[in-house]
Order: sequence, then structure tokens, then C-alpha cells
Amino acid sequence: MAQKLVVIGAGMASGRVLETLFEEGSGEYDVTLFGVEPRGNYNRIMLSPVLSGEKTYEEIVTHDADWYARHGVTCRFGEAVTSIDRARKVVVSAEGETPYDKLLIATGSAPFIIPVPGRDLPGVLTYRDLDDVEAMLAAARAPRDAARPARAVVIGGGLLGLEAAAGLKAQGMDVTVLHLMPHLMERQLDGPAGYLLKTELESRGVAVICGANTHEIVATDSGGRVAGVRLDDGRVFPADIVVMAVGIRPSKTLAEEAGLATGRGVHVDDAMITSDADVLAVGECVEHRGMCYGLVAPLYDMAKVAGRTLLGQEAAYEGSITSTKLKVTGVDLFSAGDFAEGEDREEIVFRDPARGVYKRLVLKDDRIIGAVLYGDTADGGWFFGQLKDGADIGAMRDTLIFGPAYAGGQPLDPMAAVAALPDEAEICGCNGVCKSKIQSAIAGGATDLDAVRGATKASSSCGTCTGLVEQLLAATLGEAYAAPTSKPMCGCTDLTHEDVRRLIKAQELKSIPAVMQALAWKTSCGCHVCRPALNYYLVADWPLEYKDDPQSRFVNERNHANIQKDGTFSVVPRMWGGITTAAELRAIADAAEKYEVPTVKVTGGQRIDLLGVKKEDLPKIWSDLGEAGLVSGHAYAKGLRTVKTCVGTDHCRFGTQDSTGLGIKIEKRMWGSWTPHKVKMAVSGCPRNCAEATCKDVGVICVDSGYEVSVAGAAGMDVKETELLGKTASEEEAIELIVAFVQLYRENAKYLDRPYKWVAKVGLDWVKAQVVEDLESRRALVARFDLSQSVYQKDPWAERATPAVERAWSPLADLTSQAAE
Amino acid sequence: MSNWIDVGALADIPAQGARVVKTAQGCLAVFRTAEDDVFVVEDRCPHKGGPLSEGIVHGRAVTCPLHNWVISLETGEAQGPDEGAIATFPARVEGGRVLIDAARAHASKAA
Repeated sequence: MAQKLVVIGAGMASGRVLETLFEEGSGEYDVTLFGVEPRGNYNRIMLSPVLSGEKTYEEIVTHDADWYARHGVTCRFGEAVTSIDRARKVVVSAEGETPYDKLLIATGSAPFIIPVPGRDLPGVLTYRDLDDVEAMLAAARAPRDAARPARAVVIGGGLLGLEAAAGLKAQGMDVTVLHLMPHLMERQLDGPAGYLLKTELESRGVAVICGANTHEIVATDSGGRVAGVRLDDGRVFPADIVVMAVGIRPSKTLAEEAGLATGRGVHVDDAMITSDADVLAVGECVEHRGMCYGLVAPLYDMAKVAGRTLLGQEAAYEGSITSTKLKVTGVDLFSAGDFAEGEDREEIVFRDPARGVYKRLVLKDDRIIGAVLYGDTADGGWFFGQLKDGADIGAMRDTLIFGPAYAGGQPLDPMAAVAALPDEAEICGCNGVCKSKIQSAIAGGATDLDAVRGATKASSSCGTCTGLVEQLLAATLGEAYAAPTSKPMCGCTDLTHEDVRRLIKAQELKSIPAVMQALAWKTSCGCHVCRPALNYYLVADWPLEYKDDPQSRFVNERNHANIQKDGTFSVVPRMWGGITTAAELRAIADAAEKYEVPTVKVTGGQRIDLLGVKKEDLPKIWSDLGEAGLVSGHAYAKGLRTVKTCVGTDHCRFGTQDSTGLGIKIEKRMWGSWTPHKVKMAVSGCPRNCAEATCKDVGVICVDSGYEVSVAGAAGMDVKETELLGKTASEEEAIELIVAFVQLYRENAKYLDRPYKWVAKVGLDWVKAQVVEDLESRRALVARFDLSQSVYQKDPWAERATPAVERAWSPLADLTSQAAE
Repeated sequence: MSNWIDVGALADIPAQGARVVKTAQGCLAVFRTAEDDVFVVEDRCPHKGGPLSEGIVHGRAVTCPLHNWVISLETGEAQGPDEGAIATFPARVEGGRVLIDAARAHASKAA
């Protein structure tokens, strides 16, 4: 019969213990898993990419509900264990007692809060779990003063603090890092590398103050929230939020109160057993041979040992030598081992300040004991391997700093370098996966990155070794290896649309050349697939900074008219809500005659289409129409097309609201905006729905009590009814919902996905959370839409109804008269 | 025999764009790449006659605005799986002016 295993703590360490248990065992245990957070195991070290927007929470979940169900794990998430009764072998929580045969303590660690006045103020955060990240993201979205970006002060210039700072900066906040020590990351870096890092962060707009001793956290006048941080020297740094990231403390209280042996952490032996033979402990809460660890690789090593111990196998954890990488996009930094100066130590240093490269190796008795790499960390794994092996490097000392490429005269080809690695070389530091394990997985049929990840976990945690694993795949499989796994944007890049959108925001890329440079485009200037997409993403994400590139737009958007199969164009003036006047109709009729328009047609969007206009006539016809007050209908745009309406209460005996008036208001607010694909809307004055609102991208049905706003309909290649976004009592709120919805679509959708496709991908619930439920998020979306409109809501026809455009759109030269020569 | 004709200033053609030159035999498209190289081809896609001068220019190729055929500006040939070709014409830039070989332009039956 299965024994009862109770696990306290649902973090990365206990997750790995359970994996070992289920992979190597066969139903020895019935597991009950307690976690304080209201969610299961996720990859905590990937919180930084979530904060910076490079990943979503869903992407960092390691075990989902299915996994727990499959392995019969009883999940008690959101429930804290309050005590352990070792005599009766039960743990106590709010719901009562849970008996155990074996107990695993994996309570992790808690952020250290520096004991200064004001530390309890609302707005003082730590950087530990997803709730912290969400609090930071909320603060970034809703600055206290709408006129400037939200301000964050990060206390602590270590690994965690800097990742938080970079993430907050990527979210558009003003960020200041306060660090007590004279240079950043003093536990991992020496002075020169710390200086390079500081310069790099400052060039990205993050202010860095070293030697900063926090005196107190200052409250707002009302005392209700944090307002800033005051240093010992009297300087004050204003802040909307303060993030404390000064270190962690093992969470050992539960174990201590249960009478287990503890020191800085919970004492364990090499088998991960505490002073009670039926109680094991793993992770950041333990102290093993006098060491506490806060990095993922040692936790995984411990977890594997604990899992085997639970299965009754012999296993021993003997401590870890750790290496560190900073997960800040664009900053390459690696450190490992011990690099304090000493009498018996020698150094090899390589500096190239212009390239921002710094490498330092600390040697003792011809062995590497420490390594710091900045700017070029490609050789980090190799140095770390030499360090852990205690290899004698005497023979290659003169070229050692140049890495494996020069050790034994191997060529500088990365594939050859991978091929030359010894079988036991560690490829994935997080998961302790060596080269031979990956190779045997490949031989066993894992022929792409995902399969290798599935089989070995290599590159599945922080992901920095992904390139190495791919090279190993290529080196092992040769031509049989098919590289990319997800569908890239086009042949110019291996990145997907979603990757590119995230990276444009995260790395603040503000021009097409910047995107192509930073994301290593394979072509010199893109192609007809990526350029219009990039142009749209930049228009949408950086309305103030980016300058629209007409040469990256499709013909219709470049010419503000729809090309026809014979090369002529069609012209559709806007008719607000489908309402027109005799004067407008007269102007349209006059223009049709003057420019010999062969076809005049009424469109499905309640306006009039003039088909067959020659390109060089466009500026002239626009000028004539403009004089009558007509503007572009954007019938050619991936943007707001029409808002179709019925006549509503003005004339209709069934109308419940002024549907025409609302349609006009929506159109006046939203015309001119660019979107990932075209957006069509409609407002019907009653549920009879004469404006056919329920198959539009956004549709409003007026009812007696107000307005039903529904979204994500389709009536093209697919036909689909809209889904209800929300009901509002007022016109104003209906418009707010619509604007916020469209802005969310503008910011997140893949280029050329209509709203119904996008909503199907992200889920209507997620959309509702941002647009309907979270009022701050809604207001911020509306504010960003209005900001964009301040730039883009201009009549493109009026701007182009000039002699200069007319010249530019006419033939460059006319050689017809010379034909006879 | 060549007969170089000045059709206009390079600056009048947008980079990664094109302008049209009318001839008695039809329109020519004068392309300017991102690197300021100039190419002159027939302004008719070999597929359905689309105006290539309205297409997106990338590298030394243009994508037809009607159905996304990609045409090499150097050879006039359709790229990838599509088959077809258009006439190309000699052109050069001198002192900021674009010159095309009118003899060839007029002689071409396709132009």
C-alpha cells in the first residue's frame, strides 16, 4: 500500500522532487502538496522575462492541473501549513490535520526586508512571486501622475534587483537602483565588470546609485502610500513603488517550531534527511554542510537526491559550485567560483572597452577557481567546466582567455566547438544535463529542441543554453536536423510574430532597421511579409517616436485608395454612421463626373465607392471632395473602416436608443487608427438588429436598459456571431469599452489577425479582465489609444491633396512623344 | 547602339520605391533600392499585368501588389515557385540623374 507523502511548498525544488518520484518510482506514494501561493509549480527564475514582457505566465508554468491529476497529487494551493506535529505525524493547516508517513519541507525562502521606517507602506514590494510581478506591472500601467511614467526605486543591485530594474524599465517606468555596496553585483562581479554593467544599465536609462544607504521609506502627505526613499546622506528619490531586492532568508520557522535541527536553514544530511528520519527538506530553506543556496541548479541537484532517498535508493548530495548568469536581455554576464584577490592567486584579464568586453580568470596552482565574463559569455560553460573539474590548464595558459577555440588549436566554428566538448561537459547548468545525456536522447529519437527538452530538461529552465542544445542537435544529426520549431514570421527571421512584438516592446526597438539589427534579420531589408507587419507594430507601440514608413506599406495604404485589377483606384469618402447630406452627395456626383469615374457603387458599409480613378487624379479628387467636408473613409486600411447604424429612436418605432448618434460618436472617436487588420463595427437600435451588429468585429445592440457591447464576430471567410464583452448603462461607458478593446487588440494581436482570431487565441476571459473588470487597465488602454490618435487622427487625403503629391504620383517622365525617333 | 535619356532626378524616386516612365509601348517602372541602385523593368507583372511600380521593394526584388509574385529587378524573372519574366532595361545614375537606354526601351516589343 502506498505511503502518505506530504509536501510543504510548491516551488521549483519540490516540483523536481515529485518529478523524480514519479519518473523513477512506481506509485510508492500518495502525495499531498501544500502551497501558499494560489497556484501550482512554475519556473520562478523566469519571472524576470514575465516582468519585462518577454514571456507570459502561461509559458513559465512547469506543472499544470493535468500533471497533478495524472500523478494523483492532492493539491492544497493557497493553504498554509501552520505547524507540524512530529509525534503524531500530522501537519496542521486551516482545514485541519493531514497525516503523513514521510514529510518533505520545501518552504523556500523569504525576501529580506531591511528594517527601516516605512517598510510596511503600501507600494513597497518584494520580488519573489507572481503576485509581486503583477503588482509591479499594475504600477507600471497606472502611474500616479498621468503626465509622466510611473517611477520605481529598486533597493538592491544584485542579481534579483537588476533583473527587476530591467523588467520595470522595459515596462516603461522610470527606474532608479539604489545599491549599498561600491559596485553592482559584488557577490558575483569584480569592480571593472561591475562598472561596465553600471554603464550599460545607465545607457538604457536606468539610474544607478552605488554606496547608497537607505535611511527611510517616505510616505505620501496623506501617509497612505510610498512616495520615495531617503538615503543617509539626505538625498530623496521619489517613487510610485519601491522594490526591495536585497537578499533572501531561508524560511525555517515551521521546521524550527517543530523541533528540527536548524541553523541558518533547516539542517540536512547528504541524503537530504533532517534530524527526523521521516522528514526531508530541499531547496532554499535548507542548510547543507554549512551552505545555503539561492540558485536553481543546486536546488535541482538536491531535489533529485531527495526523490531517490524517498524511493529507498542510495543517493548523496555533496554540495554545488555555482555559476550565475544575469537574465537581462542584451546584457551578457557570467560569473562562477571565487574571484577574491589573494597572495596565492593569479589573474588573466582581457579588456576591450570599445566592444564592452571584459574577461577575468582567477587561477590558483594552474587551476581556474573563478571566472567573470562580461559582454561575451560564449565560453562561460567551458571555463565553468574547467573550474568544476579542477583541470590543470598549465599547458594552454597562454591562450586560455580566448576559450576552447584556441585550446588545442580547434577552429573558431561553434559547431566544431560543440563537437569537441567532452561527453561529461555540462550543457544545461540549471538542470545539470551533460552532453552525453543529450546525445543519447537524440539517438533515442528526440530530433528537435522540444523533444530534447522533454527527454532531458536541457534548456527548459532559464533557456540560455538553447543555442548550445540546438548546435548539439545539428552536430549530432547533421542534415537530418530541421531547425525551427514554431512558425517564423517569414523567411527573414526565425522569430514568430508574437516574439517580435514582445521584443519590440522589451528592447524598445523604435525603427525597422533597429528591429532588423537587434533581432538579427537574415535579409538586408526584409520582405513584403515582414516589413508591413513591423511597420504596424512600430506604429502601434511607439506612436510618438516612430515615423510611419510608406515604403513598408501595401499599395492601398501607401496610396490611401484601393488598387483595382486594372491598376486604377477606388475612392470611398467617410459617411459618419452612414449619414450623409444633399451637399455631400452633390460633391460626390460632381467629382464622379469630373474625373470620369466609370462605376459608382453603394458599399456594404453604408457609403459610396467611386471605382476606376487614375492614380495621378487621386490628389485632385480628394481636394474636390475635401472642399465639401468629406474625408478619407479608410476603406483601404487595416484600421477602423465603418460604423454601420440603423436609424434608432430618431425615426424607428422600435428603437430603444439613439443608435445612429452612438455610431457617429464611435466613428468620430476612432477614425484614423491603425489596427492589425481591418475593424468593422455596427450599432443596432434594438435587438431586431437591422445594422447586423452581431457579425462585426465590434457590435452594439441597444436595449431599454442600455448597451450590449459584443466583440469578435466575423462575416467573411468565416461566419461567427459576436460574444458579449459587457453591458453598460451609458453611451460613454460603451464607448470606453470599445476603445479599450480596440487598443488591447492593437497592442497584442498578430498582424493580419482579425479580432475574432485574436480573441480565440488569448481567450475572451483575458480580454474581459483587462477591458471590463480592471478599471485602471481600461483607463490606461483608453489613454494610450487617445495618445495614438493625437498623432494619427488626421485626414490623409487632406494631407496629400497637394501639388507636390500630385507631381510625385505622376509619371517621372513621358517618352511617348519620342517613340518615333 | 545606346541612346541614354535623362528621365529625372534620383531624388524624385523614393528609396525602396519606384516611379513610372511612360513610353509609346507601355509603362516602365524605375526602381530605387535601399542602396540607391536603380533598375528599370516593364511595369507589368508576368502573372496578371499588375503595376509592379506599386509593389514593396526589398533587396533587389519587388513584390507585385496584386497577388504577391516576387520579381527579380536584376533578371526580370519571377522568384520561387512562380514562372514568368518581364523585360529589363539598362539604366545608370550620373550626377544624381537617372538615365535609361532609350534605344533598348523603344526597341522592346514588350515595353
